[in-house]
Amino acid sequence: MNYFPDEVLEHVFDFLTSHRDRNAVSLVCSLWYRVERFSRQRVFIGNCYAISPEKLITRFPGLKSLTLKGKPHFADFNLVPPDWGGYVQPWIEALAKSRIGLEELRLKRMVVSDESLELLSRSFANFKTLVLVSCEGFTTDGLAAIAANCRFLRELDLQENEIDDHSGHWLSCFPDSCTSLTSLNFACLKGEINLASLERLVARSPNLRSLRLNRAVPLETLQKILMRAPLLVDLGTGSYVHDPDSETYNKLKTTILKCKSIRNLSGFLEVAPRCLPAIFPICLNLTSLNLSYAAGIHGSELIKLIRHCAKLQRLWILDCIGDKGLEVVASTCNELQELRVFPSDPFGVGHDAVTEIGLVAISIGCPKLHSLLYFCQQMTNAALITVARNCPNFIRFRLCTLDPTRPDPETMEPLDDGFGAIVQSCKFLRRLSLSGLLTDQVFRYIGMYAEQLEMLSVAFAGNSDKGMLYVLNGCKKLRKLEIRDCPFGNMALLSDVGKYETMRSLWMSSCEVTLWGCKTLAKVMPRLNVEIINEHDQMEICPEDGQRVEKMYLYRTLVGPRKDAPEFVWNL
Amino acid sequence: MQPDTTSESPGSDVTSTVFKDTELTLGLPGEARFSGGKTCSKRGFIETSMDLNLGDSSSSSHTRGKILAGQDFSSESLVSGAGKPSAAKRQEVVGWPPVRSLRKRALEGCKYVKVAVDGAPYLRKVDLEIYNSYQELLRALEQLFMTCFAIHGNYVGEGERKVMDPMKEMEYVPTYEDKDGDWMLVGDVPWKMFIESCKRIRLMKSSEAVGTLAPRTHPRSCTYNEVAADQQLKAR
Repeated sequence: MNYFPDEVLEHVFDFLTSHRDRNAVSLVCSLWYRVERFSRQRVFIGNCYAISPEKLITRFPGLKSLTLKGKPHFADFNLVPPDWGGYVQPWIEALAKSRIGLEELRLKRMVVSDESLELLSRSFANFKTLVLVSCEGFTTDGLAAIAANCRFLRELDLQENEIDDHSGHWLSCFPDSCTSLTSLNFACLKGEINLASLERLVARSPNLRSLRLNRAVPLETLQKILMRAPLLVDLGTGSYVHDPDSETYNKLKTTILKCKSIRNLSGFLEVAPRCLPAIFPICLNLTSLNLSYAAGIHGSELIKLIRHCAKLQRLWILDCIGDKGLEVVASTCNELQELRVFPSDPFGVGHDAVTEIGLVAISIGCPKLHSLLYFCQQMTNAALITVARNCPNFIRFRLCTLDPTRPDPETMEPLDDGFGAIVQSCKFLRRLSLSGLLTDQVFRYIGMYAEQLEMLSVAFAGNSDKGMLYVLNGCKKLRKLEIRDCPFGNMALLSDVGKYETMRSLWMSSCEVTLWGCKTLAKVMPRLNVEIINEHDQMEICPEDGQRVEKMYLYRTLVGPRKDAPEFVWNL
Repeated sequence: MQPDTTSESPGSDVTSTVFKDTELTLGLPGEARFSGGKTCSKRGFIETSMDLNLGDSSSSSHTRGKILAGQDFSSESLVSGAGKPSAAKRQEVVGWPPVRSLRKRALEGCKYVKVAVDGAPYLRKVDLEIYNSYQELLRALEQLFMTCFAIHGNYVGEGERKVMDPMKEMEYVPTYEDKDGDWMLVGDVPWKMFIESCKRIRLMKSSEAVGTLAPRTHPRSCTYNEVAADQQLKAR
């Protein structure tokens, strides 16, 4: 291919948008590697400890957009102690020192400090996009720095972060000259907001298309904002509470009629159901609806709302919708592609929860469904088999029975056959989460049929090492495996050590793996970091090799053991 | 919490004729599973079992098993041995169900209670968390039920808080059922304590309450019990 000038190659590579395609291209030959690396602008790093910022900067001098992920997924469920790691500071420091013109930064499960945000805001003149998902460690002071210093900021998107809210003034830090905002999401902030500043900010942001408010923004302000931003495509309401007979509410009804572009709707963190009719006119055009925080809408009001949303492609809902409500979804939302049903009462008796009945109804009414997250009271093999037949296009299938080891209540059998049917039927399945009573058999099915599987989450399942072995041997495309409370031990861990270099990471907690097993693995595979998390002084200063390891997290890396590990994390 | 192993273990008998029984077809359990003996599995089970060295006959796995066993866990730890899971234990499992803390906390922050008004055709639900004081709550309750009863339209203009003031003659007395199942008068305890303990609210017609409810200046102990007993009788 050396008769093409570099510019032509570069132009061709421009059409490759996915990271995997670009990664593949860089492996063809050294010429392609060189052209690709100088022209690459967007880089995705799935594990911030797999590579160093210096190496990143050296290889991709044209970097403009960086995505980084930090903590393991199970950190979301309190299985990883605080101060484990995942700090963004070294990355921002290194990038700031370099000549990289960073424009976009997307972080997931990382620790972000106000200092980091301040440094970020001052170091990159063209910085445009900041997206933080499930991060922690910063306060609204850090947001103030971003607002004040990023002169061309377009997107500030905060999703489900733990933010220390010092209230009030950060919104006022956007200078009057800032008119470039296209997306602003601060729904996860708990504190008060300067409403006048918010209204003025919206008024001077003609390109604003996505706005998600927090609880502190009342309905009156929502109405005023919508007057100024009738072109919004994505809206998250704040507090949606008012007297439906009031003038404010009537004004809102009229204003909403002008907002013909809204396609995504979310919020309703507080809601007066009698005010919902105001949004019915926009429901007809909605493609995405997130009511997973709207505990105040249930029963007939919820169903009435759903009946208006015939074009939905994505629906996030609470399980108080019930099986009957899901039947309404099934008959109304025939274009549905993604459904998430969250538990409204995780530890309760579950009288409100959904069951296999709702899921089967969905599978009949929504044949385009490809992504599912379903927290349910119970599930049966028969239902799963039916769902597998009706919806062969699943890419993501995550099922969570509220009782983690509940069998099929009709037959009292494990759910092996049901999940087996799913993996056999859904040939494009990339992500799977299991629950319910499960034996080694389900893993045998997964190993046999789940050819495209990339991520598997397992809890309280299996009988022996065979279970884990089936998966490691069968799933050739496996990248992330996370296991908790399963009887898998050293034999499974050590059977195919080379496998882990083809994967991003492996998490095992409350399994049968011992210190000896982990040490052995670490010794044999120098390019893996094998980390033990030892929280409760279970292991004394000289722990015995035969002792079970409570939490192990291993991942491939090019830069050896990390230097920021806390005391309770041991790299073997 | 480990799954109960006594239920079944189909994978244990590797070289048996179990293969056909476990062959997957998309039918309900119990239906005939061998439709023309088609094999829909990707690789033969025998090959799989050899790869995994699962068969007892394979000596290499046996050896490997030996090497590991000595330095490793005891064989019983291979198989889950913990007790049966039960619904009661559900609350003790860390990180289950797998829901982000932020989401859990956001939903916990809702305190929806039923509100019944004597004579109204249906009950309503209110989220106590969105109010900061008794006044706000009672004002909201007034508005909620105003639309049910034309008769209440009159005193909005007067600006009197008839629902609230126990000293004057009133239409309704706000009462609530607490965690212990007792019916209490709304307003005695601090607001935060009230939210914690309130399970449901009943706006009682004052004609029922008159004669049973003493003015608030009296000590609560004896009169409260009378009221509670009365209300419980009436509730039946």
